[in-house]
Amino acid sequence: MTKEVQKEKSMMLQKEMIEGLFNELSIAKETGKKVCYTFVPGNLSELIRTFDMLPVYPEINALQSAMRKKSAGYIREAERHAHSEDVCTYVKCDVGMMMKGNIGPTGQKIPEPDILLLSYTGCFTFMKWFETLKREYPNAKVVMIHTPYQEDGRITPEMRNYMVQQLKEEVIPQMEAVSGVKYDEEKLKNILALSKEAEDWITKIFDTTKNRPSPIDAYFAGVYYIGPINIGFRGTQEAVDYYKALYDEIQERIRQGLGPITPEGEMKEEKYRLVVEGPPNWTNFREFWKIFYDMGAVIVASSYTKVGGVYDLGWRHDPQRPLESLAEYCMNCYTNLNIPQRIDLLSKYIREYEADGYVTNSIKSCNSFSAGQLGMMREIEDRLEVPVGFIESDLVDPRYFSYSNIKNRLESYFQMLEQRKTLQATENV
Amino acid sequence: MGKGHFYTTRSTLSQEAVTSMKDIDTLLQDCKEHAFDLHFSRAKEWKAEKPDRVVVGYLPIYFPREIIHAAGGLPVGIFGGGDQKQIVKGDAYYQSYICHIPRSVIELALDKHLEHFDGFIFPSICDVIRNLSGIFKQKKIGKFVKYMDFPQNFLPEIGGVFYQQEMQHILQYIKAVNGREVTPERLNQAIRLYNRNRELIEIIYDIRQQYPWRLRIEDLYHVLRAGTAIPVEEHNAILEQVCTYIQQDIGTPQDKVKVVVSGAFCEQPSLGLIKAIEEAGCYVVDDDYMLGSRMILGDIDDSTDNPLEAIANAYIRQSQYSSSIFDIDNPKEYRLAKIVEKRDAAGVIFASASFCDPSLLDAPIFQNAFNKLGIRYIAFQFSENINQFKVIKEQVGAFSDSIKLWEDEPAEAIYS
Repeated sequence: MTKEVQKEKSMMLQKEMIEGLFNELSIAKETGKKVCYTFVPGNLSELIRTFDMLPVYPEINALQSAMRKKSAGYIREAERHAHSEDVCTYVKCDVGMMMKGNIGPTGQKIPEPDILLLSYTGCFTFMKWFETLKREYPNAKVVMIHTPYQEDGRITPEMRNYMVQQLKEEVIPQMEAVSGVKYDEEKLKNILALSKEAEDWITKIFDTTKNRPSPIDAYFAGVYYIGPINIGFRGTQEAVDYYKALYDEIQERIRQGLGPITPEGEMKEEKYRLVVEGPPNWTNFREFWKIFYDMGAVIVASSYTKVGGVYDLGWRHDPQRPLESLAEYCMNCYTNLNIPQRIDLLSKYIREYEADGYVTNSIKSCNSFSAGQLGMMREIEDRLEVPVGFIESDLVDPRYFSYSNIKNRLESYFQMLEQRKTLQATENV
Repeated sequence: MGKGHFYTTRSTLSQEAVTSMKDIDTLLQDCKEHAFDLHFSRAKEWKAEKPDRVVVGYLPIYFPREIIHAAGGLPVGIFGGGDQKQIVKGDAYYQSYICHIPRSVIELALDKHLEHFDGFIFPSICDVIRNLSGIFKQKKIGKFVKYMDFPQNFLPEIGGVFYQQEMQHILQYIKAVNGREVTPERLNQAIRLYNRNRELIEIIYDIRQQYPWRLRIEDLYHVLRAGTAIPVEEHNAILEQVCTYIQQDIGTPQDKVKVVVSGAFCEQPSLGLIKAIEEAGCYVVDDDYMLGSRMILGDIDDSTDNPLEAIANAYIRQSQYSSSIFDIDNPKEYRLAKIVEKRDAAGVIFASASFCDPSLLDAPIFQNAFNKLGIRYIAFQFSENINQFKVIKEQVGAFSDSIKLWEDEPAEAIYS
């Protein structure tokens, strides 16, 4: 019998926010609010809000479907319509969900898009995904903003100008046309000020894992923490309030010397501190997490929680440079960093959060993350002499989650960590 | 249609090409050797001839080779190891569910096949090739590594300008190696050479459309792929000779159906598979195997003061469709349908490399449209190192037979 999930106060707050959004979406056609489908990495939440539109994130719907055990059926439906077994399962889950009536995670129908806003950031599949959706929603306006990749490990003035020009000449005029709302830069600036505030809070929250024991799990719980900032609430007072509440809860845990809360309650002993690269598996999320917390492993930093923005290197949305900072935001998302940058960032996490090990969860259908991960792992192992672990799963296709394989691999890995700790302790004596 | 027809409406052959013709069999054999030379020997020889020459490798799909030529360099296509290179180290870099080409490219680099290359360009095609550029950077392979972000904005004043800046970036890298300043004259001269190159290739395709038996598909493939490994001047001479050869009334027509092959624009099928399609009862009258060499449709303006702008505008306005170019304003399914119509083909063979995101994600788009348009097709996947394709050959044979047997039936009737 499964134990009852323990929920923190901030989780309840978040639940209310998300339910509110889906309620608004369900009546969008009645209220006349325009619906904007877009993606998490490089999401232009502030701009969407400036034009009073409601966002829909297809990849969030897909992961929610997986957590509710519905993704397998949706994927099968897409594969019956010529979608390959070997491509992104988010796409297939979304397409299958649409084919089966587009019923979202709350059981309400998700309205068709008025606009498909493609901030093409860090993932090639996003572009193909919206090419597919455009053919399913021929009446939707497609707006593309091309985000240049940080191929040389930096953002050049040319890259920034290219994006700002696209915002000025293409994105904003088309959003005006669809929404019927005139672009108001002062409104955008006010929204951006709140974005900056939320970004300050989330950075502080993820920095609390420097404590021992870490008061939070920065991967499994982290995926909940990034919810509001990534799915349309960045730039709202609600998001700021949520992060303040969350921060206070975490501070209280630090004061009490407590470890992270898991679905089965408080983690009693922090035995291993890990950094994880790659998205989680969503179809068996709790089983996956349980393997870690049962072994006393806590994730002190993860790259996945930076897909919607890397804030811990100091970058923030800037109300004084509204369009420039929207451009920089898109270019700064984790999967838009080049491989050496990703290695540097992960190495920084391992050092600063004093991790005992580094684990890659390699996702079959996400080449943006996965291609190059083995080389990254090798480099990190050589550079920091840290034990590395490697497991494979998928985002939302349950066919590619093998519990026993993953558990066996992780158990061997934890044994290696244990041995290393014992050896180190012996050497210190 | 008599000999010479194709040249009455297009450029004429140079006299030099006509008088210095090699025996065609020797020429085709040379092309085959260049095409599959994983040591890139011609590039090595060429580079050794002068001290300031540079060799720049580029990956699929498309790259504006004109700028490398103008900078005193030789652009060389890197299409992986095919079925000739055993992968030992590459598998340690890529998971089993990632396509084959990155592991064979890294294998080539680690085994020092690319030692004489000065730099590497990774055009934006997909996340795998993008991230491969990062592995090259991390391992410091070559004097420079550039991931080239092609614009997905198609306004000349926005995307076009960004594209020019990307080309300038590459020219700066090359200048740092050989000190060469690129002038508009040199760029225009390079544009002329590549215009001629594309024109000759299209002439060959036009002739083959009507007389596909005059040049086997594998020979055509060798001729085109050789062009990615040798100087364009040499390739143009080869193309001219091939054009002359296939204008003659040679060979015997066979009872085969004309098809277009689509989807194999990056990782290349093995030669055996390319041959098998024709052996199984088809004439391939168009394909995208060497799409990069044919990406720009028509000429690029070779007479401007700003040739980089001309190259950028040609990319924006005159590109062939590609799975890596955002196509909302110009849907790819109708562009492929037009190619089928233009080539008078009876169907399409979708050949995608296993785990190739661009190709596989396009499959439902093409197939849904072709079901409605009544265009017949089959689809299969391959890997560059797989040389067992009995099943594919049978599949293609059945496809060819079905077209011959039910020529007038609508496509849906055949597949229902």
